Amino acid sequence: MGKWTRRGFIAAGVVSGGALMVGVGIREGHRAPKLAEMMTDEGETLVNVWVKLSADNTITAIVPHSEMGQGVFTSMTQMLADEMDADWDTVTFEQAPAHEAYANYPLGREFLMGDASVPGFVQDSLNGGFLRIAQSMGLQITGGSTAVRFTGMGGMRIAGAAAREMIVKAAAKEWGVSARDLRTEKSYVFHDASGKSEPYAAFAEKAGSYAPPTQPTLKTPDQYKLMGTSVPRFDIPSKTDGTAEFGIDVDLPDMKYAAIMGPPVLGAETVSIDDTYALDMPGVVKILDKGTFVAVVADGYWQAENAVRQLEVTWTETGAENLNQTDIFASMSAAMDEVGGKGKEDVAVGNVRKATEGAARVYEAEYSVPFLAHAAMEPLNATAWVRDGQIDLWSGLQNPLAVRDEIAGAFDAKKKDVTVHNVMLGGGFGRRSSPDYPLMAVAIASEFDHPVKMIWSREQDTQQDWYRPASVSRFKAALDEDGMPLSWDNLFTQKHDPPEASHIPYKIDNQLIHYAVADHHIRFGPWRSVDHTQHGFFIESFIDELADQAGMDGYTYRRKLLEHSPRYIAVLDAAAKAADWGRDVPEGRGLGIALVDSFGTVVAQVVEVDVTGPEPRVLHVWCAADPGYAMNPDGFIAQIESGIIYGLTAALYGDITIEEGAVVQSNFHDYPMLRIDEAPEISVEIINSGAKIGGGGEPGTPPIAPALANAVFAATGVRVRSQPIANFKEGLS
Amino acid sequence: MTQTRFTVNGEDRVVETDPSTPLLWVLREQLKLTGTKFGCGIAQCGACTVHVDGAPVRSCSTPLAAAEGAEITTIEGVAAEDGTQHRVQAAWVEHQVPQCGYCQSGQIMSAVALLRDNPNPTDEDIDAAMRGNICRCGAYGRIRDAIKTAASA
Repeated sequence: MGKWTRRGFIAAGVVSGGALMVGVGIREGHRAPKLAEMMTDEGETLVNVWVKLSADNTITAIVPHSEMGQGVFTSMTQMLADEMDADWDTVTFEQAPAHEAYANYPLGREFLMGDASVPGFVQDSLNGGFLRIAQSMGLQITGGSTAVRFTGMGGMRIAGAAAREMIVKAAAKEWGVSARDLRTEKSYVFHDASGKSEPYAAFAEKAGSYAPPTQPTLKTPDQYKLMGTSVPRFDIPSKTDGTAEFGIDVDLPDMKYAAIMGPPVLGAETVSIDDTYALDMPGVVKILDKGTFVAVVADGYWQAENAVRQLEVTWTETGAENLNQTDIFASMSAAMDEVGGKGKEDVAVGNVRKATEGAARVYEAEYSVPFLAHAAMEPLNATAWVRDGQIDLWSGLQNPLAVRDEIAGAFDAKKKDVTVHNVMLGGGFGRRSSPDYPLMAVAIASEFDHPVKMIWSREQDTQQDWYRPASVSRFKAALDEDGMPLSWDNLFTQKHDPPEASHIPYKIDNQLIHYAVADHHIRFGPWRSVDHTQHGFFIESFIDELADQAGMDGYTYRRKLLEHSPRYIAVLDAAAKAADWGRDVPEGRGLGIALVDSFGTVVAQVVEVDVTGPEPRVLHVWCAADPGYAMNPDGFIAQIESGIIYGLTAALYGDITIEEGAVVQSNFHDYPMLRIDEAPEISVEIINSGAKIGGGGEPGTPPIAPALANAVFAATGVRVRSQPIANFKEGLS
Repeated sequence: MTQTRFTVNGEDRVVETDPSTPLLWVLREQLKLTGTKFGCGIAQCGACTVHVDGAPVRSCSTPLAAAEGAEITTIEGVAAEDGTQHRVQAAWVEHQVPQCGYCQSGQIMSAVALLRDNPNPTDEDIDAAMRGNICRCGAYGRIRDAIKTAASA
């Protein structure tokens, strides 16, 4: 934590009612230059993680993240409470409001220190490119599997440890004993020699008068009491009785409802609206032409949605009206052809050209993936109320603070006059990090003095997304006589984030990884694990092809190329062992393996597939995952299970296609989701290697598609080089 | 405007709304029972599942008119009157089923109906009863385990 104290600071004080507050943030006067530019007022400080010890000895953790199913309120609070030796039964949490005081400093710190494992799309939000928030520290984002590894490790634990040290110091002073002779447990201080014990709150006032420690001592894993245990999640009971409040559930006085329609060809704007029929429909209050979209405001959502579907809208021509899916793939191929042997450089080590010249043979293959929508269960929605110079917004957001700043900028309001109320997210997966929908809600509500709740239909949610990009990847490997790779040449299209997604874990001396860009109008969005979804499929399919070329099985071949990394070997071995790799499987079945290191967590998966039916059916997934240390093992396992099902849905069925410039699919009938009868059994083994803490939300997703494709190959001898994989038999006829 | 009369979670209700309005929006907007969720609007995802006279139905595609005189149960009415969790809800907590939680009202309504008709469902029975409910967080394994736990409770 040495580096941390150079720029960080801990603040403490006693607030009304005798509660002790301890916060962690940036030390005044020690701002890193990049952050300093973003602070507008002199003397402004950023404090993001707080703990409050109340007079009744209850403890409240203030968590600067959004709950979208990953259990973040619980894992964050758990890390703080453990360092504080708090009584878990009396610990609660509050979600931090969207305010600079809670800006996500540890995440910013990782960025400042140039940590390559901060996902690029998060970096963008700090850079101001993606969310244009350079005017403030608008970084309160949930995404990139960052909560535990950055906020938890750099903020929650520090705050808890500092609070405990201050309380112990106060108790020692009060009792006239040495702090070394005191111990803490369940929110009490004990002096065993005298038998004295008092609740933490007895020392709150005195503790608050001390300067906080600059470098609190953190526990080592053998001292953990809550970290590493599967404490039940706080939010689950409310998600079994209907009381959890999601964005779509917000209810305000005199509220009206809005339905919207965006341009079928993304990027188009309205020319004219024929509303003769819609205007007279029951409940319709107003029809709005907002340029980039149209909206109907009505007494109820059903009325608004019915009316918006009756509008005849003429949209501008953008030039993309004749573009079809095949054109987009063709443009990517053309872009790759154009750069030829040298695209924009990603990785260059050794000399690929020379290695190829001396090779026994060269093996090549090309892969592609389609566009994907996010399809969170809760359709996008936001509720806004604009009145008396104030703007209030209620929505489920992955980055509420940036949304507040976006609203202030777009509607010429002072930031202090914009309040963002973040509520539960019915799924995020990256979609709820884009500020488009809250801005639309404010644009609609600014025409009224009462609140308006905007709800997107499933069709709009599917067709107005920011998509996982379609992309193509070409590989060329030079092989020695044994089939081992001398070189790895990978040219792909559409590079986004994180930058290391195209890198390989395998030791190959000569590498050229480079890319080309084909522009089109289908907008990019971060989709669970971002670029790792496509590169995981590309890389782990091609390495499997090389294994076959070498006459080896996928596990043995990978293992030979991973000997430099005991961590990778341990994960690969664990998955293979769990699946009993190498066993005979019945006719029509196959085993496939893949390994991907993403967001600091190494994951290997083995799939057993049955191909006897019309579509491949995944029977079982054995997964080994090394996140360094799993803070809440059951929560981590749930995230991995979720990542597998999310990735498997995409691998089997996911296919957003473009026809005449527009997204064809609209709802679950033509953009199908994996259902319970198709869901495989999933076994997850956690490896706590002690490596730097990795993420949980995303790393389960990337290996599943290649593990499935490799299993299909094992079962059939057919190599699947594109998705969706459910259709692979159609390609055979 | 036409009046429609029915009971929701045991309480008599009268609403004056266009009888072609889907039951989902009447429950959510008129009766403020927001535990029942909108997911797709075309009976494909199951997030809006409620019981009408004991049978699980997709309220997004059930017109209000079909509820005339019916007994409707929503997620808010699943627990006992004294607030004790239904055994399905308790099993959902025990297995830590929900993640984002948005689909779970519908999942629980489907599971409660399944176990009422079939106290000891096989895996195939669970597939048949639950395949209409999509979970984008992929909690299917836990849903299956929780149903089995609830069945044996």
